[in-house]
Amino acid sequence: MIRQEFNRVDPKRRANLNYKKTQFATPTFKQQDYPHRLNFYDTPPTAEITLEQFEQWAIDRLKILAEIEACSYRNKTAAETTAHITPLLQKFLPLSANTSSRTGATDPRLKNERQKDHYSHFILRLAFSATEDLRRRFARAETMLFRFRFQADDTRERRAFIDSLNLDWESVSDDERRELSEHLVAATPGLRRSDEETWYKVDWEKVPELVERRSVFLSKGKAYVPEREQLSMIIAEFTARLERALELTSRALPRLDEDDRLSPILNHLSKNFGSAESVYTEGEGFVDGAPITAASIDHLSQHFPLCMRSLHMSLRKNNHLKHYGRLQYTLFLKGIGLSLEECILFWRQSFKGFTDDEFNSRYKYNVRHAYGDVGGDVNRRGRGYPPYSCQKILSDSNPGVGQTHGCPYRHFSVDNLIGLLQSTGVHDKDLLRGVREDVEKTRYHIACNRVFEFTHKAEIKKAKEDGSASEIDLDTIVHPNTYFKRSYLLKQVGKAQKNS
Amino acid sequence: MPHSVASEGSPASHKDNEVLPDAPPATDAPNGDQKNEGAAAEKTTAGVKLEDLFDDDDDDDNEFPASSAPVETKTEEAPGPAPVQVDTETMLAFYQRLFPFRYLFQWLNHGIVPSPDFGNREFALTLQNDAYLRYQSYPTADLFRKDILKMNPSRFEIGPVYNRNPRDRKTLGAGQLKPLAKELVFDIDLTDYDDIRTCCTKANICEKCWAFVTMAIKVVDTALRQDFGFQHILWVYSGRRGAHAWVCDPRARTLPDDRRRGIAGYLDLIRGGTSSGKRVNLKRPLHPHMNRSLEILKPYFAQTTLVDQDTFASTEQAQRLLSLLPDKGLNDSLRRKWESAPDRSSTNKWADIDALAKTGKSSTLNPATLRDAKQDIVLEYTYPRLDSEVSKKMIHLLKSPFVIHPGTGRVCVPIDIRNIERFDPLSAPTVTQLLSEIDSWDADHPSNGAAEVPEGEGSVPNASDAGGSRKLQDYEKTSLKPYIDYFRSFIASLNQEERDGKRERNEQTAPEVKSESMEF
Repeated sequence: MIRQEFNRVDPKRRANLNYKKTQFATPTFKQQDYPHRLNFYDTPPTAEITLEQFEQWAIDRLKILAEIEACSYRNKTAAETTAHITPLLQKFLPLSANTSSRTGATDPRLKNERQKDHYSHFILRLAFSATEDLRRRFARAETMLFRFRFQADDTRERRAFIDSLNLDWESVSDDERRELSEHLVAATPGLRRSDEETWYKVDWEKVPELVERRSVFLSKGKAYVPEREQLSMIIAEFTARLERALELTSRALPRLDEDDRLSPILNHLSKNFGSAESVYTEGEGFVDGAPITAASIDHLSQHFPLCMRSLHMSLRKNNHLKHYGRLQYTLFLKGIGLSLEECILFWRQSFKGFTDDEFNSRYKYNVRHAYGDVGGDVNRRGRGYPPYSCQKILSDSNPGVGQTHGCPYRHFSVDNLIGLLQSTGVHDKDLLRGVREDVEKTRYHIACNRVFEFTHKAEIKKAKEDGSASEIDLDTIVHPNTYFKRSYLLKQVGKAQKNS
Repeated sequence: MPHSVASEGSPASHKDNEVLPDAPPATDAPNGDQKNEGAAAEKTTAGVKLEDLFDDDDDDDNEFPASSAPVETKTEEAPGPAPVQVDTETMLAFYQRLFPFRYLFQWLNHGIVPSPDFGNREFALTLQNDAYLRYQSYPTADLFRKDILKMNPSRFEIGPVYNRNPRDRKTLGAGQLKPLAKELVFDIDLTDYDDIRTCCTKANICEKCWAFVTMAIKVVDTALRQDFGFQHILWVYSGRRGAHAWVCDPRARTLPDDRRRGIAGYLDLIRGGTSSGKRVNLKRPLHPHMNRSLEILKPYFAQTTLVDQDTFASTEQAQRLLSLLPDKGLNDSLRRKWESAPDRSSTNKWADIDALAKTGKSSTLNPATLRDAKQDIVLEYTYPRLDSEVSKKMIHLLKSPFVIHPGTGRVCVPIDIRNIERFDPLSAPTVTQLLSEIDSWDADHPSNGAAEVPEGEGSVPNASDAGGSRKLQDYEKTSLKPYIDYFRSFIASLNQEERDGKRERNEQTAPEVKSESMEF
């Protein structure tokens, strides 16, 4: 290892490295006081805490983050999440406003709460900076927590907090505002007059969400943001800083000069960030004894959830699927236990208009890659990607022109969705009305489950009666492969009954 | 994640390069080797033998145009998308004599002195045997040219600048190689217009449907300049049926993926596949960008959609048009009218909507909703259909300007945005045409011709530029000249800003460095 030599540092700058001189010097960093409830976590903690505190605080925060993540995976609305999280926060990680105490920010209770919040954040940062995946999830959960608290904060304190951040926002002069008035109103949804608001001019890169939704006026690279969109900007800033900091932490991690007191705790913590995303484990979708071959897919497709059925139907209709549709479908097929050889056979037979050469050069590789048969080391060791969950399918990009992937409940227009459902043999009026309502309320997974329950009504009833329901558990379905497995098993129960 | 990188059916999908041969295709290997030897020998000694080598070389060069002449006549007969196989020798001659390596280098390097901007830039080569070679990089323009001549790829693509040399990626740990910058790119492809163009499908194009690309370029270019403040936008004909944009402003090059997604989302309008029903549902009032785009697009709708394409002529398309209109009563009367006159043109049908609406037959009709629906329809039929996946990722590879499209033999020439209306993809130069242009020029100017050996090498970086007596470079003898001249002026203005920017940045950062180091 080549290290930079410390002796080469300019002598003037080395002066304070002398331990004899620094031993009794006043520390350059100070104890933090916490004037605001919210925290951007820019300054790391420096005071001492006990090992027990270290662990306990981290665990408490972890509970909150795990719950927040779970809420987002279950597709809960903001209101539902708030209702779910508020009591938990009160219990594990209370954080009160200055106004809750007579003495304001100097109240020791408030100070302790804030200290715990501050320290636990940094402990988890250490624990979760190790891998890319953990970093991303941590940043996401923390951002959601911050957003939640920011919205709950009272206006005056929020104001003070924002001022303390020193963000460089240029405010728009009255003249300029009047001049652009028409554009501002047109660009900003839910606004009648431009003089109702204070406007800020920021680099558009600061508000990518608003730009993506096309709900902000842009001119020459500047975004004109009304005050009430502050949230978006603050959140973006928070995420950006956190991501950068996590990146730095991860680079520093290997050099963590540590005995074996903290490492086990940190490792333990990061393992316990149980991923709600991985509710699906490898092989879970496999159904024992089911004959799953390229030839049986047509028959089995009656058990597929609507997203996969629609893919299957358009594959049969066009003899082709675009890339993302292929990927989504291949992974699903992998999940139900179709072997690689059979899968390649399936695609080969399905792509009728192509010669073997064309198929091999354009499509075969992707199928093999999805199975982890080729590709980088990581891909092979992980046996390709896991089958997509509903969460993933819902949140991935919208299908574009000619593309067929995605979730029909979310990405189809209601009329086309109803048409598709009818073509799969669902005609019940009440059910379709229910589906319409769910889709309007953006509760796509509920709509899908509603259809499942309807189409398997008889079997579910039977299964409940003879007690086999416990084997086939009947939670809400949040994964296409679970849908298939459950549907398949239920039909088997039905058949078995008839036979006996 | 190759899946996120690989666009539909592109060769990026066979990214694994373990099967790739290291050696170039056998046919052109001797020639390349000879050249290398020649160059190496030149530095040490110049003997009699050396001149023999050069003579050989020269003969080779002159052979190329002759051997490619038959191919050329073939393209003349069948212009457009008839599959033209560009043979390897023609390709090599193109790289040797015409390809502007020097300017491509200056463009990506942002200056004359080789910098990491070029050295750590990924190139991906598609070889003649269709093998796909990723993570190539070159320290200088010379070495770049040399390797391209050696490999003689059928085309190559440009990727991002990495923090390290991408060739070293195997020696770096996982996740150590990170992309730092790449031009923000956009891709417009006429296949995405298949459901609304009636003249051609798939890979075919004609002047009529090229209008879709023209209007798309106008809309996107205007938005990028006015809204996002970008200035250095290079539009490039993709060689067959589309166009690429390279936004080269420093600010655009360093955008992280989520900001790229932001821009892509901002410009993206037509969402949803064929099953999504009405695909444009804009809120009112219209966003200024939409308003402006609508103004740009209206004349095109009147000309291209209604007249040239006559989109609503067929019953099916007319049916679809009706399904996009809001009022049932109006639709019924329109349908009756059109059924009685099946040959009614699109322009008339479009006019019928307003005409019938004015008669007031439908009591439920709301004029404002009708106006909005009509605006939505205009946008659905004319608004740019971008392949937004290309724009969202920094690591996405995109075909380099000036390479030859293997299917058509056309050079991917830059499109001058000021003369966008006049650009005709079907008259973009083909490689065989260019090579024969050199020949006929040489025949016309025997004294000045390239028969005198080394100047035959297109854009050799060290080709002499001195004064009026200099020899013409090969590209200057051909119809490629205006395109390369435009490219040069584009680079000049880009690098001008780059120089100013660098000076500014240095001035800014200098004091900061100082204060930082004080803390240690």
